[in-house]
Order: sequence, then structure tokens, then C-alpha cells
Amino acid sequence: MNAAFAIFQRELRLTFRRQTEWAQPLVFYGIVITLFALGADPGSPMLRQFGSTVLWVAALLALLLGGDRLFRDDLDDGTLEQLVLAPAPLAVAVGFKLAAHWLVSGLPLVLISPLVAGAFQLSHDASWALFLGLLLGSPSLALICGFGAAATVALPRAGILLPILILPLAVPVLIFGAGAVRVAQSGLPIDASLYFLAAILMLSICVLPLAAAAALRNAYE
Amino acid sequence: MSGPEPQILLYARDLSVARGDRVLIEQLSLKLVAGERLLLRGRNGAGKTSLLETLAGVRAPALGGVERLATLVWVGHRNALNPGLSAEENLGFWCKLNELPDTGVADALKRMGLVGRSRSRPSRLLSTGQKRRAAIARLIVSPARLWLVDEPLAGLDVEALPLVADLLAAHEDRGGAAILTTHQALPDRVAPHRVIDL
Repeated sequence: MNAAFAIFQRELRLTFRRQTEWAQPLVFYGIVITLFALGADPGSPMLRQFGSTVLWVAALLALLLGGDRLFRDDLDDGTLEQLVLAPAPLAVAVGFKLAAHWLVSGLPLVLISPLVAGAFQLSHDASWALFLGLLLGSPSLALICGFGAAATVALPRAGILLPILILPLAVPVLIFGAGAVRVAQSGLPIDASLYFLAAILMLSICVLPLAAAAALRNAYE
Repeated sequence: MSGPEPQILLYARDLSVARGDRVLIEQLSLKLVAGERLLLRGRNGAGKTSLLETLAGVRAPALGGVERLATLVWVGHRNALNPGLSAEENLGFWCKLNELPDTGVADALKRMGLVGRSRSRPSRLLSTGQKRRAAIARLIVSPARLWLVDEPLAGLDVEALPLVADLLAAHEDRGGAAILTTHQALPDRVAPHRVIDL
């Protein structure tokens, strides 16, 4: 457990030393949403109609930013070899690394989501649904990005391959996440969507670190 | 009268190593005993690093198997130093990763000649030789009996040579063993007990 905590601590330390890195997803998220809202007709019902989808797609793209470098730096400097040989299972190391990645890249998006929801004239209930949906869905997206980064770590031009690989996996999260906001906007209960997002998160936590660890070992084949 | 058999620390049987479709090593069997220093020697691309990675467990063998009968420490040709962290932080992290106390980190770096600011400034600001010294300091903080070191002298200056030679000698006196690789002739001070030419 000490080893896992050390990985978590190291990732946070590295991220906070490179301030542009943790601010990048947040700035990107803010810019995409602002530009979309400014580009549409003020007061247009389209804003409200497409708001949930735009907010979720922006969150996915923000999490994808720099995702191809999640394990690339460790491969290049040799740290990955030490992680492979460490007594702690590689899947645990990967899980904690991705948890740190979500904490600095995903959680800020969750926290500002009720504020940016105003740009799309979302109701109070819909803003709340967006917040809860992102709280449950963004860790899944971070884990999916992590898996994609691990699967492409040794490949050239991973930046192009990564979105192609992970987008199909991210679709269920986007459907239920954006669906929760739309349902809340109509005044209906959002429990079912949130349960699905929670189920996807549980599945992601159980499966994706193992899959990512296997992919990372494969980088040495 | 012969003494007791030296303890086997690593045993590889019918080992084949491949990179992609290319088979680099075929059906190699070797054993490493306590107190032994084995050198894997060969030209560039002969498969020294791939074989050492396979012996360490970084890479899976194409065929055959490796039995590691002691804990090992791996110093690859990449130094495993994150450029954003200092040598001290990198080594401290490595200790925690391997569930070792990090109390000996400062002393180990000092022994390898990294003193003052070179210990605490980001690794990206260190010279190639200083990075290599920091990587080799892992051998000092680890109690592992099996050392696998890829190109131990690469990038090191002449002053570092006796440091490495003394480390190896002391390790072997304590009952440890080491496998090294090189593509060049090694100085006498670090001469191996056995050589495998690839």
C-alpha cells in the first residue's frame, strides 16, 4: 500500500510542478464551452437542447488532452521498467496513477460544471445532474483514457490512435451522462442514468487497470 | 576437499529472446551463483539488453524460463529518473516502490559523488554521468543479492570507475552476484569472473 501511495504522491508532485499541465484541461473545457455558447443565438432553445452533449464531449476531450503522455514519459525514462519489477502489482500502480490523473484533470471539471452549466441555461436540477453525472462518469473517462494510453504507449503516432481506440469505450458514459442532464431538464428523476454511470465506473475500476497493466507489459514484447 | 556448493541465485533454462519477429538469443542456459560476476558481451544489437531485461523479468522470454532465487535490483540503460524530480526524490520514490526504507538515500548519493545541489535540483539539470551515478546509487540502498546492470560504466568518468568497482567487490564479498552488459572492453578493476559472448 505504501508503494501505491508513493505512486499517487509522485504523480501529484509532478503535476503541480508543471502547472500548465493540470490547468490545461480546465482551460480547454472553459474555452470550448464559452466559444460554443457565444457562437449560438442567445436565448436559443438549441443551447439548452445540445448543452448536455456539448458539456460532456468537452469534458471527454479535456481529459484526452495529453493523455497519450500518461505512460510515455515513464517508458522513455525507464521508470516503467521499475514499476514492472516492483513488488506491488502493476495494475495497482496503474490504478493509483490514474486516480491521481483524475484528481488533477477530472475533478476540477466536475467542480466547475455547475458554473459553466449557466452558459447553456440549464435548470438547477439539470446542473445538479451534470455535477453528479460528471462525478461518476469522469473517473470512468480517465480510466478509459489511461487504458488507451497504455495500449498505445510503444506505438508511434499514438496521439492519432488514442482517440480512435477510446471513443467507442467512452460512448456509454457520454450517453448516460448527457442523458441524465436531459432527463433532469425535463423534470424527471435521474436515478437510472446515475446507476448506470456508477455501474460503468465499478466495471472500469475492476477491469481497466488490469487491462492497462497487461498492455504496458506488452510494450516490452 | 571441496567446500560447500555456492548458492544459485539465478537460473535460466533454454532461454530464447526475441524482439518482434527477430530471434536474438536461442536456447541459452545459464546459472549465476553467489559471489559471481557475469558479463554479457556483444556488438550493438546482439541482444545483450534484451537478454538482461528477460533475466530481470521486464520482458517475457520467447521460450524457456528464468528462475530468480533472490531479490534483484535492476539498473537499465535508461536511468529511471524523472526529469522533473531531483535525484533524491527519484531514489526516495524507488525505495518506497520497492518497500525499502528511504533513510539511506542521501548517504548513497553522497557515496556516488552527488553532493550539494546536484542531489536536490531536478534531474534534467544533471549531466549524463551524474544521472548514471544516481541510478547506480540504487545498488547501495537495496539489500538485493542479485544485481542486473546494463552498461554500468556508460557515461561515467574515470573517477567513478573505482566507486563502481568497489561496490561490485563488496557486494560479491557479501554473497551477492551481478550480471553486467557491455559492448566495450571493461577495465581490469571491474573484470568479470565469466563472460558470455553474444
